[in-house]
Amino acid sequence: MPRLAGIGELENLRAAAVAERQRASMTLIVCGGPGCQASGCRAVADALSEELAREELTSEVQLRVTGCHGFCEQGPIIIVEPAGICYCRVEPGDIAEIVSTTLRGGVVDRLLYADPSSGERVRSAWEIPFYRLQDRVLLALHPEIDSSSITDYIATGGYSALAKVLGEHSPDRVIKAVTSSGLRGRGGGGFPTGRKWATCRAAPGDEKYLICNADEGDPGAYMDRGVLEGNPHLVLEGMLIGAWAIGARQGYIYVRNEYPMAVEHARLAVAQAREYGLLGDNILGSSLCFDVEVARGGGAFVCGESTALMASLEGKVGEPRAKDVHTVEDGLWGKPTVLNNVETWANVPLIMRNGPAWFAAKGTKGSKGTKIFSLTGRVKNTGLVEVAMGTPLRTIIYDIGGGAADGVAIKAVQTGGPSGGCLPADKFDLPVDFDTLAQAGSMVGSGGMVVMDEHTCMVDVARYFLAFLQDESCGKCVPCRLGVDRMLEIVTDITEGRGRPEQLELLEELGETVRETALCGLGKTAPNPVLSTLRYFREEYEAHVRERRCPAGVCRALIAYQIDPERCTGCGLCRTACPHGAITGESKQPHTIVADACLRCGICQSECRFEAIVLTERG
Amino acid sequence: MAIASLQSVLQGRRSQPQQLIEVLQDVQDLYGYLSQESMTEVSAELGVPLIEVFRVASFYKAFSLTPRGRHVLTVCSGTACHVRGAARIVDQVTGELAVQPGKTTSDGLFTVEAVNCLGACALGPVVVLDGVYHSQMSPRRLRRLIESVRKAGNGGGS
Repeated sequence: MPRLAGIGELENLRAAAVAERQRASMTLIVCGGPGCQASGCRAVADALSEELAREELTSEVQLRVTGCHGFCEQGPIIIVEPAGICYCRVEPGDIAEIVSTTLRGGVVDRLLYADPSSGERVRSAWEIPFYRLQDRVLLALHPEIDSSSITDYIATGGYSALAKVLGEHSPDRVIKAVTSSGLRGRGGGGFPTGRKWATCRAAPGDEKYLICNADEGDPGAYMDRGVLEGNPHLVLEGMLIGAWAIGARQGYIYVRNEYPMAVEHARLAVAQAREYGLLGDNILGSSLCFDVEVARGGGAFVCGESTALMASLEGKVGEPRAKDVHTVEDGLWGKPTVLNNVETWANVPLIMRNGPAWFAAKGTKGSKGTKIFSLTGRVKNTGLVEVAMGTPLRTIIYDIGGGAADGVAIKAVQTGGPSGGCLPADKFDLPVDFDTLAQAGSMVGSGGMVVMDEHTCMVDVARYFLAFLQDESCGKCVPCRLGVDRMLEIVTDITEGRGRPEQLELLEELGETVRETALCGLGKTAPNPVLSTLRYFREEYEAHVRERRCPAGVCRALIAYQIDPERCTGCGLCRTACPHGAITGESKQPHTIVADACLRCGICQSECRFEAIVLTERG
Repeated sequence: MAIASLQSVLQGRRSQPQQLIEVLQDVQDLYGYLSQESMTEVSAELGVPLIEVFRVASFYKAFSLTPRGRHVLTVCSGTACHVRGAARIVDQVTGELAVQPGKTTSDGLFTVEAVNCLGACALGPVVVLDGVYHSQMSPRRLRRLIESVRKAGNGGGS
């Protein structure tokens, strides 16, 4: 493919790409997102491709493997266009029936989504409550685009915002538009993007850098992965517009190494953009010269912090530094640098395409636009969810998420990852925006939303996050290195039945100290999971400390498993299942658990078919 | 053969200290771990002091300083997997293979790793065996998975 020398050539290519897409009378869209990959969508796509070849249908029916559609829980998902029929949990064995029925204009009823309350089958994807109640802007683009195809992206309006900007907008006008859109950083900080860009543009020096932060280290969150894998050119186009606005010639996409497909798609998109002249010198015949490199992260959570990430890009240990001088003035290689998160960059082309007023029309006074959340944990409909800022937590968890997973009451939601906090069910009417969640002691963060129910112990959750943070602390500053370590020690004491009542105040005091004195953003927010659970679930801490009891039945030192001899049939399933060899018994005789060998993992209970294994409090 | 590969990793990156992490990633992919010899070579070729190479190699989780087993079994311990019972999955692995996360079984068949998040959170608990994701894991499904690897290993005579 020749380089696109100007905007006219881009438009010609777009017209040709649109015509090519219209050639097929039908398109079968297979979701290739991380969730569907784990459910085996690759085998489904292969089976589909073989079936189309066998039936000689490749010219009429198009197969498109795309990025994440969002409804991961129901994967692998196939959507038939133009009819919009959505098939869920498809297996390779279903393919022949799907193809033959669809060609006749029919529908395979058994593969349609079944409404859990009425059992009624829902034909179209967009009628399923999970999708219908969302406000999908970024995610809506995913089913439209084969993420490995630049022409697919161009056919759906891709790079038109860049063309518009290069043709009509001065850098200052771009910054003004981004500022007036009200876009705030999607990575967790919520800093106004336009202001960041303006400061960097005004910073002295000719050499400036752009970085896309795709080091999504928050456990329980995968929005950035979804967007970068599903629509990598959208992120690149955002970076190109940013480069024009700031005056940068070089950009980096820093991706987690744990996301091999995101690395692959980002690299492919960069190679394609170079080939088409959308990266390189004099892009689309303009004076813009910009290139992007893809760098892999080393698996350090702290590298999500801007200064640590920049150190890592320079090939060094990822330790943050004090931000007396901000990275917009003194960033990568000591040069002015703008670092934005994947989702922030992805919003930029849409703002320039549709105008800042379009973006600002959604959301709340202080938080504009839509935000993607990864809804996970003990909720029925797990997946990626995009809603307007200001949508109540309840709408997301109950209306879109479908509520409790197995009929166990939901008691909390954890937002913002290890820097965020746990909010109790009585706060579910709070609108989700940067400022409201921060006031409530949590944060929007990058968009992780882990739902917890009565089977989740909040003290254990606090211990979990502290263990994570202690493991991930880079060790540079004392408050984080020792403060988090000491907090973990105390919380571990509590979960293991050695807690003392006065330790709860000590935890709060320690948390406040770490918050005020740690060096970087991660250290400053590290006490949040402990402080928020202490604030909202103090009674659970009290039960552990005063009664040596874990109300959720999670903390292993405080529970025991016993076999009810009345119910035990002596089938031996638990004996063979126990990985610790802690169950004894003769065949067809009631079995017993050897208390000293039992690690109280509960595997036996999950295996028993006769409900003979009961969870009790440890005496 | 192996040395030639290390040379190809270094090609175009010599005397560029900023390429250290990218080079180490590729060396790790190539050999499955970072040996002292390869780190010494990288140090000399990139112009980075050996102590700095070692510091970077031991700082980032992506790097292993010891050889790994023929199969790598990674258990996700992200928040979403944790609240859905990832601890039981860890119990199953450590109990059955008699090895703690980060270590390799004595027969060299499995290296077990626990990671903080694999980004397939909607379908937890998640386990990755040699790069292939397995979702909604239960101790029972994991037992079968381990068994299938053992059988394949014996059948292959390795």
